[in-house]
Parts: sequence; C-alpha cells; structure tokens
Amino acid sequence: MNVRKLITASLALVTAAGLLAACGDDGGGSSGGSGGTATIQVGSQYEPQNLDNTAGGGQGVTEALNGNVYEGLFKLTDTGTVEPLLAKSNKVSDDGLTYTFTLQPDVKFHSGKALTSADVKAGIERVTADNSKSSRKSNLEVVKSIATPDDATVVVTLSSRSISFIYNLSYVWIVNSQAKDYTTTADGTGPYKLGQWKRGSTLTLTKFDGYWGTPAKNAGVVFHYFTDATALNNALLTNAVDVVTSEQSPDALAQFSNNSSYKITNGKSTTKLLLAFNDKVAPFDKVEVRQAVSRAIDDKKLLNSIWGDYGTPIGSMVPPTDPWYEDLTTVNAYDPASAKQLLARAGLPNGFSFTLDTPNYDPHPTAATFLKSELAKVGITVTINTITADQWYTKVYQKHDFTATMQEHVNDRDVVFYGNPDFYFGYDNKQVTTEINQAEQAKTADGQTALLKQANKTIAEQAASDWLYLYPQIVVASAKLSGYPVNGLNAQFFAYGIVKS
Amino acid sequence: MIRYLVRRTAILIGSLFFAAVALFVLLRLLPGDPANALLPVGATPEQIEAARRELGTDASLPAQFGSWLHDLATLDLGTSLISTLPVGPEITARLPVTVPLTLAAFVLAVLVAVPVGVLAAARADRWYGPVLNAIAQLGIAVPAFWLGLLLVTVFALRLRVLPAGGFPPDGWGDPGPAAQALVLPVVTVALVMSASLIRYVRTATLEVLGADHLRTARALGASPVQAMVRHGLRNAAVPVISVLAMELATTFLGAVVVESVFALPGLGGLLVRAISQHDYPVIQGVMLVSTATVLVVGFLGDLAQRVADPRLLRRGAS
Repeated sequence: MNVRKLITASLALVTAAGLLAACGDDGGGSSGGSGGTATIQVGSQYEPQNLDNTAGGGQGVTEALNGNVYEGLFKLTDTGTVEPLLAKSNKVSDDGLTYTFTLQPDVKFHSGKALTSADVKAGIERVTADNSKSSRKSNLEVVKSIATPDDATVVVTLSSRSISFIYNLSYVWIVNSQAKDYTTTADGTGPYKLGQWKRGSTLTLTKFDGYWGTPAKNAGVVFHYFTDATALNNALLTNAVDVVTSEQSPDALAQFSNNSSYKITNGKSTTKLLLAFNDKVAPFDKVEVRQAVSRAIDDKKLLNSIWGDYGTPIGSMVPPTDPWYEDLTTVNAYDPASAKQLLARAGLPNGFSFTLDTPNYDPHPTAATFLKSELAKVGITVTINTITADQWYTKVYQKHDFTATMQEHVNDRDVVFYGNPDFYFGYDNKQVTTEINQAEQAKTADGQTALLKQANKTIAEQAASDWLYLYPQIVVASAKLSGYPVNGLNAQFFAYGIVKS
Repeated sequence: MIRYLVRRTAILIGSLFFAAVALFVLLRLLPGDPANALLPVGATPEQIEAARRELGTDASLPAQFGSWLHDLATLDLGTSLISTLPVGPEITARLPVTVPLTLAAFVLAVLVAVPVGVLAAARADRWYGPVLNAIAQLGIAVPAFWLGLLLVTVFALRLRVLPAGGFPPDGWGDPGPAAQALVLPVVTVALVMSASLIRYVRTATLEVLGADHLRTARALGASPVQAMVRHGLRNAAVPVISVLAMELATTFLGAVVVESVFALPGLGGLLVRAISQHDYPVIQGVMLVSTATVLVVGFLGDLAQRVADPRLLRRGAS
C-alpha cells in the first residue's frame, strides 16, 4: 500500500516537473521585435578561443568580430572585392613602396576615443610583432616603417613592392592603441560593440549608436556556439537561432530544404579538398603519374556522393572568388582510358601501390574509400592510413613524411603555396616560382592577375595536386531573415545588414 | 572515529596526489602538440618552436610537473594554452550549469529508483516485478547521448514543449528559461542513472526480505509493509548509501557527457574542446576538479555509512 503511494507520488512529481517546465514559451530563444529593433540569433560551430586575432583567437573571432566590432583600413566584401573602409583615400608612390592613407574623419572607438593615425600604426604593429600568432604575419613582413605625420595621415613604407598589400590590410584590425586587454575585451570602431561573452555558450554584440558609417539594421546579434552539428541544427529547427553561418552536415539539409520556413543559400567558399601528392617522392615526382591519378578520379561523382547538388568542381587551387580564377575542370578531366596510357608512358603499365594518409574526420575517410575504388580500376592500389589532425600536422606538414595525403585548404588566394618548393606539396617548378614572385611585385592588379593565371594553368596541367572539389558555403536561415552574407569569405560574417521581418 | 577520520583523510589526499600524477603523465603520452592547434597552417618551424617556448611545453616533463604542482599548491590551476585565460575562473563559470544539472538528475534518479527497486523486489513473484527489472537492465545498456537525442526529437522537435539545447545568455539571471533548458538533460541523466540504481535497490531489498529478523517480525504478526518499514529499510540503507555516493559521482560524470548533446556551457563542453586542442592546463583542471569531487563524495559516503551503522566503525578501527 505504502509502496504504491510512494510510486504514485514520485511519478506525479516527475510529471509535474515536466509540465512546469513546459509552461514557458515554445522553446524559442529568438528575441521579439522586427525591423531595426530585432536581435539576430546566429548559430555557429566556431567559438572564439579568445577575442584577439593576433593571439590564436581562431576562426570564430574573425566570424564574430571582423567588420562587426573591428574594422580595417579596407574590407574584403562578401563577393571578394576589396573596398576602402577606415581609409578615406590612399596614394601609392610611383615605385610602389610608399603608401599614404588619409583616415575617415569623425570616427570614434566604442570607448569614445577618437580614431587617430597612432591607432592604425598600433593595429599593423600588433600583426607584425614578434609574439604575433596571426596567419597574416608573413604577408606583412614587407612593411619597413610606419610614420604618422598627423592624426589623420599614415605613411607606410615597404621594403619591396607588394601588390597584395591593400588586400592584406583588410585583415588588420584597427585597435585602440591605448587598450590593455585584447583577449577578453574589445574596443573597435565597428557598427557593434561587444556585449557579453559567456564562454562555451554565447557572444553578444549590441548596436553602437556612435557609429561613423551606415548604422546596423538590427539592434544586435547573439552568436550561439555549438560543438555538435546536430545540436546546432536542432536549435534552428526550434527557432532558438535564426541562421546557421556555415552548415557542415550534408545530411541535415533535407530537413530544411523541404520546409518553407527556411532558406538555403549555396554560396561560394574558398575551401578546397585536395588529394595532395608529395611531388618530391616517387612515383609522384613524375608528371604523368600525377596526371594519371587525376584523370582516374571522377571528381563530380565524389562531390555528388558527399554533398549532393552542392559544391563545385574547380580543377585547380583557385576558387571562383579569387581575381585570377579560371575554370580548369577540363584540364586532366576524368578519363580512365588516358590515365592507363599515361601510366604506361611513365613505365608503370601494371600500376603501382601507395599509402594515402587520411585525416580521421569527415569527409576524408569517405572520400579516401572512393579514391581507392576509382584508382583500383586503373591498376593503382591504395592503402588508406587514417591519422588524427595532430599526426597530420606533424607527419605530413612538418616532416613531409608522406607519399600522398588528403586535406582541405580554407584560405582564399592560396595558390601562391605552389611557388614555395619547401611547402609540404614539394612542388618545384622554377618558372611557376618566378611567376608567383613576380606577381607580387606587379605594378597593376591586372599584371598580377595575368601572371597568377599563367602560373595556375601550369600547376593544373602538371597536376601538382588533384583538386577534388570546392566545398559549398551553405547558409541556412529562417525565411524571415534577409541581408546576411552568403559567401562568408575567410569566415567573415557581416551581421549589420541582417533584417528580421 | 577520530582515528578513522585521520586515516581516511590521509587516503583521500594520497589518492588526489596519485590522480594528479596519473593525469599529468597520461596527458603527455598522447600524441600531438598544442603549438599546432595554436598556429595557422603556413607556420614556419621557427614559429612553432617559439610557440612551444611561450607555452612552456619545451621544458622537461619533471620541470613542467613541478611547476604545475607548485601552482596547484597555491590553488592556481594555470592558464589555458589556447585562450591564454586563467583556468580557475573558466571552471567556476561552468559550475552554475553542471552542479544544478548533477544534483537535480541525482535527486530525480533516486526518486524514481527507490520505489521502483523496492517494488521490483517486493513483487518479484508478480508479473511486473521481473518486467521492471528487465526494463532497468535495458536502461543500463542505453548510452546517455542516444537517449538525449531521442528525448530532443520527441519533446523539442515534435512536441515543441522544451528547448532542444543551449543555455540563456544571462544564465540564471532569469531562472525560468535556465531551468527549462535543464529539463531534458536532467531527465536524460536521471533515467540512465536510475536504471543502475534500481538494480542495487532491488538486490538490497531482496537480501533484507529474506533475512531472519524480517521473517520473525512477520511471524509476530506484522504486515509485509510494516515489517519492511520498521526493520527492513534501515538494514537495506547501509549498502544503498555507499552505492548512492558512488552514483552521485557517476551522475556528475554523466552530466559532463550529456552537456555536449544539449550544447550546455558546463564542464563537459569545456573538457571536450580542451581535449581536441591539447589544452593541457584546462584538461588537467577539469579532470582534477572532477576527480576531487568523486573522491570527496566517496569519502562523505563512507562517513555517512558509518554513522548509519556504528558496527562498521568498530570493524574499520580494529
């Protein structure tokens, strides 16, 4: 009798707890309001490590703060063009070594301090400093000196011509030179100021009323961070977030594509999946062998099996948003018959065997299995060696101890890696190296583009690597949302144009 | 009692030290280098060396261990290699999620397990006794993250009565949404925990039910329930207390596992991320706090047991 009562009571308690919890709203975390009063809830898998992009803050810090909280002298737009931002005008000397920038007037930091040339100098020097961990550090090594003749003028002198200098400046945050702590606080000139950062959970940006440019079209943004892709998609399905900046799970797309409450955009990423050969090691030191392998793999079929209708075959290292892009998918295109001929010509009529070092996370294991079966058809035997990201970094990237590997390269404008024979690809073509170096010294953007196009063509023809496909950049958003960036170049996510109806 | 306390405390401190050494050594045996996680692709060997020097991972293992112990002695858990932020505050910031989650799940698990376990034992001769036991068996085999996903699908995605995950940006500032965010994780952990608890309670109850003093009480005219309440429960309680202490510790670890399914900013999320980045100070900090919690709870459990049954104390002291 008592036992039964006890059970009834505890069951009632559990039910009551459940009901009580259910009494709230429909699980939505989305703040109310629309138009300029709405707060946009953004879902992402890239939480910043800290808030400093020169101290290992990671991809997440670029996504949340670049262009939103911090601004540069220039900005890289979502379509891949470079536009002036805090630089009102710039003059380049005839020898291409001296850049004179005039700053936008009346720009204020979130703390209230006015922007001066000293802040620009501090921003550039933070990237080039000894302890800087910025991935752009080597690009700015050409900076010889920075002078600040007055508050509104910055004069940068380079040690050699650098046509990419303006583009590289789009990654340099202009910071308050008097700021002390960059890792947990932020003081930029952008349309949003940093609100609260709840580590492991959310980062809040609020509209900055003193912004010098066009103000943000919403009241603020909350970035919600997830380590698990399923949890992130569930948050979108339950309206806890309004938009997912970069969908990483192809399998999750079906639940959004058949639903009119969501919009999927198929943007252009800069992330390439590479079958990278060690071009210094037999048999991949032979151009014919590399070409044969490239022609034996049906890239389109691979892309389709992983991403369905999303993603793009590109046939080279250059993504469509780079100025020197050309469709090179017809170079070394899928053609198993000619692959066999090439192998015979290389003295390997019966094929050969090699080990493929494959990172253990998606999509590499799946892609490796696909490659193995494709290459078996032309007599090449692949042994798949699955390794962790760390092992990859040490074994392949640092020690060059590999025959072939698979890896994704995320940056734009990174075809220049093929100009460096010491890079892990081991691609060593004097002509290409010269072209890539000359491109950086070019006097005009057109000159640079022509040289890089030429270099890229050679690299593609010689099958320096096999560029399997370009990842899609998929943004999934509530149908009520508009004005969000779709390409997310270099992980930037400009939030100021987003409107919620 | 005092002798026992002193000895037990010494064991506790010794275990903690041993755990610290084991943690430190095991972590360093893992392949990989935190400098890699910190630097972008394109970093030169010089940059990698510089990063190692800066992180202190270029020093010898004994030197690294020494400085870690030294910091620990002053309650300083060090600085994250990746975020460059101090580990101590990072951990305390996560406790407002993990601690309520653990305690609520534990209480709920006990509330479910005790009556069900007693019933499964007392009614072993009816059809539902064995059925309850079988369900508990099944429950032990179910992984917590899978159960979590299932509950999310039903209650969050289908019925839309509860959030699928996440935690409000202002934390417990507004207790309503915060409590709501914890309902599914709590139920997930509690269900998994109660499954194993039910079997302990059932076994303990069966043992007591078959005991001589209970049969005597029945012979003297007490009803089964009266006999159970007056003479049985107290005797069944002793083994159950030690199990409860163990279960509380397990619940804590279960909570840490389930946090990533529900995107909760607790210790679990911190740990998962730190492991993927080889962030030694953070991993060590979280593991040490977890290990200490488990050991202290076990210690308190032992004490409670001896208070409930003083005979154990005499046995322990002899």
